[in-house]
Amino acid sequence: MALSREEVLKAGTLSRIRLSEEDVARFASQLSDVLGYVDKLRELDTRGVEPLAHALPIHNVLRPDEPREGLTPEQALAGAPESAGDCFRVPRVIDDGTSA
Amino acid sequence: MSPTESTARQVRDAIARREASAAEVTEACLAAVDRLDPQVHAFLSVDHAGARRRAAEIDRRLAAGEPAGLLAGLPVAIKDNLCTADGQATTCASRILEGWRAPYNAHVVDRLLAEGAVIVGKTNLDEFAMGSSTENSAYGTTRNPWALDRVPGGSSGGSAAAVAARMVPAALGSDTGGSIRQPAALCGVVGVKPTYGRVSRYGLVAFASSLDQIGPIARTVGDAALLLQATAGHDARDSTCVSQADQPLPDYLAALEEPVEGLRIGVPRQFFAEGLDPEVEAAVREALAVYERLGAKLTDVDLPHATDYAIATYYIVATSEASSNLARYDGVHYGHRSRDHADMIDMYMRSRAEGFGDEVKRRVMLGTYALSAGYYDAYYKKALQVRRLIRRDFEEAFRKVDCLMGPTSPTPAFRIGERAADPLAMYLSDIYTVSCNLAAIAGLSVPCGFTGAGLPVGLQILTDVFTEDRLLRIARMYEREVDWVSRAPALVAGGGGGAA
Repeated sequence: MALSREEVLKAGTLSRIRLSEEDVARFASQLSDVLGYVDKLRELDTRGVEPLAHALPIHNVLRPDEPREGLTPEQALAGAPESAGDCFRVPRVIDDGTSA
Repeated sequence: MSPTESTARQVRDAIARREASAAEVTEACLAAVDRLDPQVHAFLSVDHAGARRRAAEIDRRLAAGEPAGLLAGLPVAIKDNLCTADGQATTCASRILEGWRAPYNAHVVDRLLAEGAVIVGKTNLDEFAMGSSTENSAYGTTRNPWALDRVPGGSSGGSAAAVAARMVPAALGSDTGGSIRQPAALCGVVGVKPTYGRVSRYGLVAFASSLDQIGPIARTVGDAALLLQATAGHDARDSTCVSQADQPLPDYLAALEEPVEGLRIGVPRQFFAEGLDPEVEAAVREALAVYERLGAKLTDVDLPHATDYAIATYYIVATSEASSNLARYDGVHYGHRSRDHADMIDMYMRSRAEGFGDEVKRRVMLGTYALSAGYYDAYYKKALQVRRLIRRDFEEAFRKVDCLMGPTSPTPAFRIGERAADPLAMYLSDIYTVSCNLAAIAGLSVPCGFTGAGLPVGLQILTDVFTEDRLLRIARMYEREVDWVSRAPALVAGGGGGAA
């Protein structure tokens, strides 16, 4: 299962990881090897087999809707690359027609 | 009693009897770390001041006759993907979390502290627990104390090496596809992966949420049981953690010395097939012979989906879950943010490209691909169907036998750099361990010998869900008959660390 350059770039975009041309070449062959290996699952007849997402029966675990202590704003912002007041500062998200 | 030679239980008992102070025990371990870690590089962070403060506090409590906990004064090391809010960083061996300070402790860290343990430092791992050699750490690889040119295994290589080199008596690791058991095997120590849900994952930086488990690494089965006792049990903050009502926490130490009468051992054919090193096989078969002499009955069993198909399943399921779990590292709230970026998306793409190592990138991309439109059914859904087949293999086997045994790793510790260029070859290191995580069952590795070149070999034992008490007793049956634990790496006595 050989990945094309376009597929690797697409995987990079979906993963939000910027890839250099060198990365694309290297990862294309390595990812293709792994995908080639995992293709062996096709040998197995899984018709009618229910997918198993969790090997133990786990159901929605709920608690009463009561407020509990969480992080303080100071704690939450302690690792922030950029902050302003009680907010995390990030590049503009909403396009008002003036951004690039 | 010597803090660097005795078992964790012996150390703990000596402190409890006031034969040794927590302070002197901690000092001895810190001295061992300072002396040996420049060669081994098991630690990413060592908290000399914090450990001394904690030890002094434990001594104060013991002197005042106050309760000091199950592990009072015991020095431990913590894998660096477990959050510690003690001033030490939690980096997951990644640049994307370089210098990051967790605002809370992992549940298991809280438990160790509540039981009086002394946290010596944070240990090295493959970045975000992705790897089988600790070579994927962004902060340098850890060396196998038995042979410094070889890997300690991974991803909990730092924890396994710290214990094997007698720097600390015990450590915590995490296991998603073998990351406690495999390094334990390669480093000649005991490593336990509890049943999924037995130990709270709160504060364990998530890699694959349906596979990750935290477990002990120590030099003896009894020590591992002690640490499991301290850390297992319900925690409301992890909704995948089993309740006390559903699975009451047993006393793992109470019956540890009781052999399992009429023990039926299943020997999976698939664990003794092509690719298994002959010296590893020989050591494991000798261990099985010990069990036979003790009266156990060996039966060949079939786990048709437990090896190659399990690896394929694992590298779809784990990578898919990882792609989701690692989406949070985007430079927004914490961690590395790239300096120059055109816009928000560009910020994500550059921050992650700069912060993640190659293996992490590969796995995130694989997972994203497997989950993407058009491929979801062929990869992810298919993998989950095979996961059910794997689970059925084990259910079938455990109807006939009490446990399954085989080698933990197909080879002894390989040379640093040997598999780094071939991701697929690296993935096959986990061929005997991944099925256990996919099926959520319990497993451990216990030392069962050495190769001619002096490299450790581990015996893997697997039991059904929530049977850790029996698993530990089974392992103890063997451990009682042998004495691998007395053999220490040459490095510890001040000798060289090279293998033949």
